[in-house]
Amino acid sequence: MPRKLVTNFKVEYLQVLDNSGNADEELMPRLSSEQIKELYELMVLVRVFDDKAYNLQRQGRLGTYLQVKGQEASQIGSAYALDKKDWIFPSYRESGALITRNHPMYMLLLYWSGDSRGLESPEGLNNFPITITVGTQIPQGTGVAWASKILKEKVVTMIYFGEGATSKGDFHEGLNFAGVFQVPAVFICQNNGFAISLPREKQTASETIAQKAIGYGIKGIQVDGNDVFAVYKAAKEAVDKARKGKGPTLIECITYRLGDHSTADDSSKYRPKEEVLEWQKKDPIGRLERYMLKNKLLNDKNKKVITEKSTEKVEKAVEEYEKVAPPQPEDMFKYTYAQMPDKLQEQMKDLKGE
Amino acid sequence: MAILNIVQAINLALKQEMKKDKTIILLGEDIGKNGGVFRVTDGLQKLYGEERVVDTPLSEIGIVGSAIGMAVNGLRPVAEIEFSGFLYSPFDQIISHAGRLRTRSRGRFSCPLVIRVPYGGGIRGLELHCESPEAILAHTPGIKVVVPSGPYDAKGLLISAIRDPDPVIFLEPLRTYRVVKEEVPEKEYTVPLGKANIVKEGTELTVISWGAMLKYTQEALSKTNYKAEIIDLRTISPVDTETIVNSVKKTGRCVIVHEAPRTCGLAAELIAQINEKALLNLEAPVERVTGFDVPYPLYKLEGYYLPDEKRILRAVEKVMKF
Repeated sequence: MPRKLVTNFKVEYLQVLDNSGNADEELMPRLSSEQIKELYELMVLVRVFDDKAYNLQRQGRLGTYLQVKGQEASQIGSAYALDKKDWIFPSYRESGALITRNHPMYMLLLYWSGDSRGLESPEGLNNFPITITVGTQIPQGTGVAWASKILKEKVVTMIYFGEGATSKGDFHEGLNFAGVFQVPAVFICQNNGFAISLPREKQTASETIAQKAIGYGIKGIQVDGNDVFAVYKAAKEAVDKARKGKGPTLIECITYRLGDHSTADDSSKYRPKEEVLEWQKKDPIGRLERYMLKNKLLNDKNKKVITEKSTEKVEKAVEEYEKVAPPQPEDMFKYTYAQMPDKLQEQMKDLKGE
Repeated sequence: MAILNIVQAINLALKQEMKKDKTIILLGEDIGKNGGVFRVTDGLQKLYGEERVVDTPLSEIGIVGSAIGMAVNGLRPVAEIEFSGFLYSPFDQIISHAGRLRTRSRGRFSCPLVIRVPYGGGIRGLELHCESPEAILAHTPGIKVVVPSGPYDAKGLLISAIRDPDPVIFLEPLRTYRVVKEEVPEKEYTVPLGKANIVKEGTELTVISWGAMLKYTQEALSKTNYKAEIIDLRTISPVDTETIVNSVKKTGRCVIVHEAPRTCGLAAELIAQINEKALLNLEAPVERVTGFDVPYPLYKLEGYYLPDEKRILRAVEKVMKF
């Protein structure tokens, strides 16, 4: 009777840029100086936006908001690997990915102020509406990718979620389908350490999130999620592979949520300050800055200009957002069905007191 | 014209629509090679290939979730949920997503998908194979709920459901799948969603039912001499209030028969509509004959659970003699 090793798996980890700003030349993805600057500008813009949104909430000018802070490299590095016609499925923390995908910032603010007009993806952009329930977007993204395959369109779908979502059935069913039907999808798991208060080690006994891909027969890779080059490289490889019809990939970005879960949360209740301070030292923006300063892609002067320009853009978005007139109550009824049924016509009249 | 049962009529509708519209994809458990556990999709994989008639993993959230994505991205998926009790698992996908997507994206994205589910009891089925969840679905905004009672409507309603721009849950009456037979034209036709059918005109009493219960309601009424107007609701959501109210205004009396549990069942909503719009025409309180507020029983007791001739006639007499 045999008792033997049937199979053996390995999980790859990728880091290109260390925390001091030194890049591994061999691993460095193909990015022009312009592209590196663009990535940096996006990261700064997202940080400025994120801080502003947080402050607006504190001032009572915005509703509950979920900060990106600390995850800029994971979001921007991944979304940057997509083509315009590709799809993204953002969860609630993906302001960074959405801004990279040209979702207008004033619309994001509008959404987080309780106005559905902020969710409407501009024509020509396949940004799926932000998903609030955890993980449910995963099988839907698989379905969009599956349709692209059936329709023979060379379009890729990128689906975002956190490590908490990997405990949900939707993750399992979505990734299993993706594997069985070999759909052109890239699954970006931002493992930011916490699902509200639950730490990563209590979320799953699995050593890595990336290895979960193995169970679905798809490629999984773990990357330093605070290293924009590593994230971009893994994402670009996965996107190219998907576009060639060679199947889906799960990318686990190891990162850290520097802020609270949301503006309604107080993370000091469940994690020590020292841990947050440790991760602040690994801030993805600082890391890229150090690389750029070393490589003469940035100096103190243009760094200042970039920050000022970002602030200007964000302030303009805030202005635009605050100028938007309140939504009309008819809006509740207008989009429920393609054609408004009689009962909704009646209820709308009822609301107006007609 | 061929005499078909409901299973054959649905098969014909799928076959014809798929020929016409290449974006229609069928997906579900055992629907391809096996032709579905009830054989509704028999022969379709052979005809249209494995890419359009897809045997999926055993995964209802995967089926409905990916069908939503397919619909968003230009296909017309028709998903099959194998048994009614298996529909509860993807409810989150249906309620939180399929029904909300048009609203959430303000019309930018929509979800024209059909979810076919064999539903209802009376077949000595296993546990959770005989559910009647139509009221839960009707309570959910953004989706439509359709229940055919016979082969002619099954074909015409399914074609309308597939062509509809919104998500449609298509509940197929399991108990009468092969029992009710009628002429079904080979040629293409549609039966509109949202329109009830007056199966038999009458002046003394309105009786409303749908799905498998319609047949048993009709049989019970045939034992009386009352001139009953029998209405087959056909679409559960949005419901055709106009037809019901007009009928009750004419007859002044009404009985509603459904096999789903009573509390917050669809009859409750219909009675509310009648009270709002035809209260002064009523000669008697509206009676409802329904399943009970208990989990659907194992099959040795299902005969007691399902509305039967005795209970239907008792309600009819109560309303007529009030």
